[in-house]
Amino acid sequence: MTPELSALFAARAGDYRAGVHPCTPAELPDLLATLLAGASGVVLPAGTPPEWTARLGRPTLSGDTLTAAQLDAPGLAVLTGCALAVAETGTLVLDGGVAQGRRLLTLVPDHHVCVVRAAQIVADVPDLVIALPDPTRPLTMISGPSATSDIELNRVEGVHGPRRLDIVCLPPHR
Amino acid sequence: MSRQLPIVAVTPFPRAAAGALRDAQLRANLGRATRTIRDKRAAVVAEVPDWDRLRDRAARVKDDVIDRLPELVAQFARAATAAGATVHHAVDAAAANTVVTELVRAQGVDRVVKVKSMATQEIGLNEALAAAGVTAVETDLAELIVQLADDTPSHILVPAIHYNRGQIRELFARRMPGFHADSDDPAVLAGAAREYLRRTFLAARVAICGANFAVAETGSLVVVESEGNGRMCLTLPDTLIAVVGVEKLLPRFADLGDFLRLLPRSSTGERMNPYTSIFTGVTPGDGPRRLHVVLLDNGRRRMAADPVGRAALRCIRCSACLNVCPVYERVGGHAYGSVYPGPIGAILSPQLTGQDAGHNATLPYASTLCGACYDVCPVKIDIPAILVHLRQTGPKPAAERAAMAWLAWTMRDRRRWRAALRTARAGGRPLRVLTRRHGGRLRRAPWPLSAWTAHRDAPLPAAESFRDWWHRTHDS
Repeated sequence: MTPELSALFAARAGDYRAGVHPCTPAELPDLLATLLAGASGVVLPAGTPPEWTARLGRPTLSGDTLTAAQLDAPGLAVLTGCALAVAETGTLVLDGGVAQGRRLLTLVPDHHVCVVRAAQIVADVPDLVIALPDPTRPLTMISGPSATSDIELNRVEGVHGPRRLDIVCLPPHR
Repeated sequence: MSRQLPIVAVTPFPRAAAGALRDAQLRANLGRATRTIRDKRAAVVAEVPDWDRLRDRAARVKDDVIDRLPELVAQFARAATAAGATVHHAVDAAAANTVVTELVRAQGVDRVVKVKSMATQEIGLNEALAAAGVTAVETDLAELIVQLADDTPSHILVPAIHYNRGQIRELFARRMPGFHADSDDPAVLAGAAREYLRRTFLAARVAICGANFAVAETGSLVVVESEGNGRMCLTLPDTLIAVVGVEKLLPRFADLGDFLRLLPRSSTGERMNPYTSIFTGVTPGDGPRRLHVVLLDNGRRRMAADPVGRAALRCIRCSACLNVCPVYERVGGHAYGSVYPGPIGAILSPQLTGQDAGHNATLPYASTLCGACYDVCPVKIDIPAILVHLRQTGPKPAAERAAMAWLAWTMRDRRRWRAALRTARAGGRPLRVLTRRHGGRLRRAPWPLSAWTAHRDAPLPAAESFRDWWHRTHDS
């Protein structure tokens, strides 16, 4: 909630080599359009706010009906929100709620862009498990792009999940 | 059972270790990898100011779980069933393998995808499925490497830790269809695994996973991973089968707060692993339509009855104890003869199987008792204490038993003890002269004492006992 939490979240998410982009609500449509300019299409879960797609200029696909094979099409990107985020660990938390969709949507496409509002950021993981509105929904915690440490214990980005993760951070409401 | 479980050492540890020590490449690979992970872990653990209190709390939660296993198993089963899962109880490996094999057959498939899981390694599930004509495809990169090499895992977290990048590139070139990269850059190798497995994921109808935690309160399962292969298996196929050791239970959902801070930092040395999935039963329209949870005992309740050894059931399989162990770093995981290697394996394998299984009774001796494992354990398992406990309660050679019985008889009586010391001093007198050059220590003794002096010097009895010295200087 505090500016300190937002700053810590941005720094920690950046440590995982996720792209972190602070922006104002007015800048959001253009920023999203820039981030997604190279996508062959943008998958949108139900409940995506219209202002997110206002300037997109790319074909959009409704996430509700796509199969895994369709999501595997080259160049697809997915644009979502999140339920909560964790500052200490730079973690996004998705629970299938509004603007998040099925778990598949943020897994098969190679590029994930996620919008985080400052009010969604909690301090640490213990705060997170208490703050979750319904812990029995399918939950995915995402800390940076897909990675592996299996070869000589060196972290390498990009195995089965999205190889690119961009996080857009909106400031607290005044 | 006809087949030996993969947690039974078929070779005594000293012999297996001697073989491993001759492999200089292995030692170089392990040394480099464990040094990397030790440094990473130390850095992220230092960031958490109340780390030690966190460990204490987690240990207490796990002890409570071990105290209330049957109650929490029942509570989990009720909650998971209410959420749409089907819960099975397996008393041992054979029972679990039978349940899973039947569930796979019921879907009419001959191929399943798997998330890395120690529980399924422990019961030898892949071999049981193969015997039933079902191919289990390991999708974790390190497990895939081990599977392609027809090898066995040598580390809990990184089963292929004994391979370096050059060896992996060479293996992929030989065994992975469609692989033709010249580079041994880890990013290129990981990319190759992505291409290789993508079609398999999209076609899979049944997946098998384990769980890092199972929440009794809500019936939720937690799978912690890095690559996204876990998420693929948890969300793409229609049927998901989870094999979960009963010690993975946590009473409350809120307990995850501490454990999800402890595990990634201890395990991969990250603040948080890339992906953590938490799911409860089935959710219409998202993920599998059928979820089966096989709750595995396989010796765990028997372990819970041992007041000292039960603490091993706190283990969350982070593998921090392997990475700091001076023995593991030199001999590697295969020397332990079990899918649970290192310090935790030396107390888990013999307790899960009983010390009479194979050569598992040699495992509690695979340690210098230096205590580094205890220092890093996120759930504060006093591994050295359990090693000593297992040495005390384990089987002993007849000669050692006889020698100890004689010693006990001698030490029970003051006169007998004094006479024995006098004899030892008299016998030691000529040896003291002979060994003067080596500081009065015996370097080589005839059999059977050579078993001791082969690796260490033996001290000789002192020329004068404390008691004699006291008499001489104070009683006159």
